[in-house]
Amino acid sequence: MRSSTLIVLAMFWLCPVTEAPAAPPAAAAASADPLESARWGDMVKTFFAGASVVFDARVKVVAPLIAEDSLNVPVSVDASELPGVEEVLVFADFNPILPVLRFQPMKARPALAFRLKLQQSSPVRAAARTADGVWHVGGAWITATGGGCTAPSTGSGSPEWQERLNQVSGRIFPRTDGGERLRMRVIHPMDTGLAPGIPVFHVEELSLGDESGAELMRIRAYEPVSENPLFTIDLPAEAAAGTRIHARGRDNNGNRIDAWVTQ
Amino acid sequence: MRTPALPRVLLLLGLALTPALTSAAATPAVPDAARFDYRLEPREIAPGVHVFVGLREDFTPANGGNIVNTGFLVGTDGVVVIDTGPSRRYGEQMLAAIRRVTPLPVVLTINTHHHPDHFLGNQAFPAATLAALPETLRGIQKDGETFNENLYRMSGDWMKGTERVTPAQALAPGRRSVGGRDIEIVALDGHTPADVVVIDHATGTVFAGDLLFHDRAATTPHANLTHWLAALKRLAAIPAKLWVPGHGAPSADDTPIRQTRGYLEWLAAAMRDGAESGLDMTEMLARAVPPQFRGLAEVEREYRRSVVHLYPAAEQAVLEKAHAR
Repeated sequence: MRSSTLIVLAMFWLCPVTEAPAAPPAAAAASADPLESARWGDMVKTFFAGASVVFDARVKVVAPLIAEDSLNVPVSVDASELPGVEEVLVFADFNPILPVLRFQPMKARPALAFRLKLQQSSPVRAAARTADGVWHVGGAWITATGGGCTAPSTGSGSPEWQERLNQVSGRIFPRTDGGERLRMRVIHPMDTGLAPGIPVFHVEELSLGDESGAELMRIRAYEPVSENPLFTIDLPAEAAAGTRIHARGRDNNGNRIDAWVTQ
Repeated sequence: MRTPALPRVLLLLGLALTPALTSAAATPAVPDAARFDYRLEPREIAPGVHVFVGLREDFTPANGGNIVNTGFLVGTDGVVVIDTGPSRRYGEQMLAAIRRVTPLPVVLTINTHHHPDHFLGNQAFPAATLAALPETLRGIQKDGETFNENLYRMSGDWMKGTERVTPAQALAPGRRSVGGRDIEIVALDGHTPADVVVIDHATGTVFAGDLLFHDRAATTPHANLTHWLAALKRLAAIPAKLWVPGHGAPSADDTPIRQTRGYLEWLAAAMRDGAESGLDMTEMLARAVPPQFRGLAEVEREYRRSVVHLYPAAEQAVLEKAHAR
């Protein structure tokens, strides 16, 4: 990672010497992927066609360098150093299903932690869209032995699991800054449709609200989110929901999620 | 509240520890026999009790997986082998080293548990002598091939020709004479769903398998820490003169028990405390290992692997307890 950064820096250093005029930093950054992924050009076409995109160190993706379990790779994205984030998209360049999830932070911090499935080693990226329409991209390479997306879920093979479909467990943790942290888990197989004979079946929409009905965060999940998705969401002090948070949503088959999470 | 079974693919001792994509660097002129020589030298730690002490490392193309302790007991009319190492070559070289010590036949070959560094040398030993606890046989049957593929990835060409061989014999606990050696098989669990301990009564030597790690951080891909700590209590009650851990040097005192217990107790508490305070798994991964454990080989890597293995159950316990309606 460091060496690639150095290479990019070296390019900036050399560019003005060999070519004038120098490209503006944002444009140069957009063309030189700090993760040096062969798929970056395709990612731009898929997700950002016609939009402006910059690599931005303020968008942080925290993940292990090496995935111990390709079915459950812990990832935390945090764009809270960036003002005015309206939406965050997470994707993995080399997954057979590219998008992992997107979320609108609304009243929550523009940060989300969860686990995802990786089919092979890949960059995992978070792109945060600010009010001006610019996508700010951060990311990390994760080495994985793979197979995460084509393996059957535990739940798909277990009938008793289905009885608990869409059940929510969770807890609100007070934070020292006066805010709150919500950790919640939904029972769901999150089948990608890529394991033989098992159709696509995953949580699609999740909306979190406080007791007054105000929406705190909206999440759109895709197939690569891990089985029994567990989300960690931070609310700043001014958005703290108090004693209960309402989690509502549905999976792609229309099964409802509807639960209150308490302290 | 029931814990979801760890997914099958979660596996593995050493799943993806190293991006071990490079094969052993060696000039093609060197013949395989020289390139892939584990240089196994048995250490006779008590009369008739021999141990091959492995490195306190993780699998790499440089060490070929020679990171495990194996051993053998020489009786009056036969040899008892305890674990067969990480590859066919290891098993073959181990048997050759045994032959340099004794001409007696191998009469029993035990796999202490179903992790690949303990059974992938099985091909070298007489099939009829291979034995393990029933749960270990199931584990080898179920995960053996995936383990094998995984070690090809991690150890490289050392693995050439290695195939999974599931023992034919189910090992029963109890004391008996095997090959003229007074041994006792103790069936425990915790490191994996079935862990065999072999006691050699003549010398008071205890082969503890991977229930004990010495100066090396414990691995937990199939661990149940509560059961493991209970197994350590059982071990501590054995009046042993010599302990042979699965990884790390043999010991004349109970240091391996105290080290393994201390580390596992801390690990269990760290998972509970982290989950209770609402930490995300990425935050758990970022935590520092306390100074008292930093002397354990591989601890930085093993702690992080253990978070992935153990934290989900700890979080689930906390979230289910808080409950949501």
